[in-house]
Amino acid sequence: MRNCLNKLGVICALLLSFGAMAQSNDPTTQEFETFRAMMEADNPAEIYEDAGAQMWKARRGPKQVSLEQCDLGLGPGIVKGAYVQMPRYFADAGKVMDAERRIVYCMANLQGFNEAELAKQPFSTDGYTPDPAMLVTYVAGQSRGMKINVSRKPSQVAKAYIAGMEIFNYRAGPYDFSCASCHGADGKRIRTQMLPNLSKPNAESMLAIQGWPAYRMTGGYLLTLPWRINDCFRQQRLPEPKYGSDTVSALLTYLTANANGQVYKGPGIKR
Amino acid sequence: MKIYLMVFLCMVASVVFAEEADYAKHREHLTKSDFQARGVAGLERLDEDNVRAACNHLGSVPPKQVVQALEQAQRAAIQYPSDGKYLGDWKNGEKIAQDGRGMTWSDKAGSENGGNCYNCHQLSKSETSFGTIGPSLNQYGALRGNSVETQKYTYGKIYNAKAYNLCSHMPRFGHVKALTEQQIKDLVALLLDPASPINKK
Repeated sequence: MRNCLNKLGVICALLLSFGAMAQSNDPTTQEFETFRAMMEADNPAEIYEDAGAQMWKARRGPKQVSLEQCDLGLGPGIVKGAYVQMPRYFADAGKVMDAERRIVYCMANLQGFNEAELAKQPFSTDGYTPDPAMLVTYVAGQSRGMKINVSRKPSQVAKAYIAGMEIFNYRAGPYDFSCASCHGADGKRIRTQMLPNLSKPNAESMLAIQGWPAYRMTGGYLLTLPWRINDCFRQQRLPEPKYGSDTVSALLTYLTANANGQVYKGPGIKR
Repeated sequence: MKIYLMVFLCMVASVVFAEEADYAKHREHLTKSDFQARGVAGLERLDEDNVRAACNHLGSVPPKQVVQALEQAQRAAIQYPSDGKYLGDWKNGEKIAQDGRGMTWSDKAGSENGGNCYNCHQLSKSETSFGTIGPSLNQYGALRGNSVETQKYTYGKIYNAKAYNLCSHMPRFGHVKALTEQQIKDLVALLLDPASPINKK
């Protein structure tokens, strides 16, 4: 699917991640990691990247135009490196937007798609992959091997980062859970599932971002970061965050900026 | 007694609201308009009661007088079993401890909730899949004995962990009616019954 160099890169990355995984003695985790290594040699997420690339260039929607004039923050049509610099502030929308939200914005404003329609079933299910999920996987793949670089200098982004931090630490729901209940300290687990500490900029912060969008072997479909956030809120026993909301973008601003400087390896595979 | 309580609540409120002003500057993202009710998870779940508010706005370690007042109020609201018995069946307790289901928008309304215990605690040695957010509870009863005071404390702790440690990560299972009186009794038995696997060497 891709050239040999890329494959070599994947194998190297795997060997490195195996080093990191050696700490886990849990047989289920080890078994999964072996399986993932096998799968990643032919990363299923790359199929979606290719499909997303075709979709990006195709004339679609009521206006029958492509997304090639979509501005992901680096100017209309520039996709390379855009993903690792989002969320960012977009003056045309007056919002801080994560990559997927920005793509939906372009689909609505350039192609004439109905945003409310797109928000109706935003996440993959059996036999169904939403267009924004495929498109964001393409966009993410165009930042493979690049460093996360979310600038907090624009005041709107600085504000979103703080809002994200507040949300991260906000206890709510019948169980008083916040994101920090599980992701606020080093070396914690739920059952045998390791929980990265996402409460501050550190090496583990990248684990919130790395490997997404992902081909998820449970179910066998493509899932994106907004889905990950959505399912965290579900497990917190909270109501559902709206698709493309400020809450989701703010959380992603906080999580992504905490991983600044770390290398994004592209769309991946999750359990 | 009522006046005493009022004074305390005012103290809590004044500290909470003083911090509120700063916090509100950034808080527009926490509005309910960013969420939608789904299944059993209504928008009211985003509300703060005074315990959440204190821990959210004052950091995880609020001032001592705030902590004491709120913990005392939480303790006062614990409903102990009317029959005065705290110990149920440890075998049922083990099942409840294993079960992590309930209360999410994908769970059915009215279904019995699990205790989620193994998600965060080690309990029986034979269960190797346990979380580490909370301390190990293996040997809990063997270390503490099985006196009525210990039973009552343990019941209260499961009923409302915040009554003893205000900003604890542990849910208030009885306080929010996630677990029934009988379920909590069964969990107390799991922790304290000398026959429970938790207390075996």
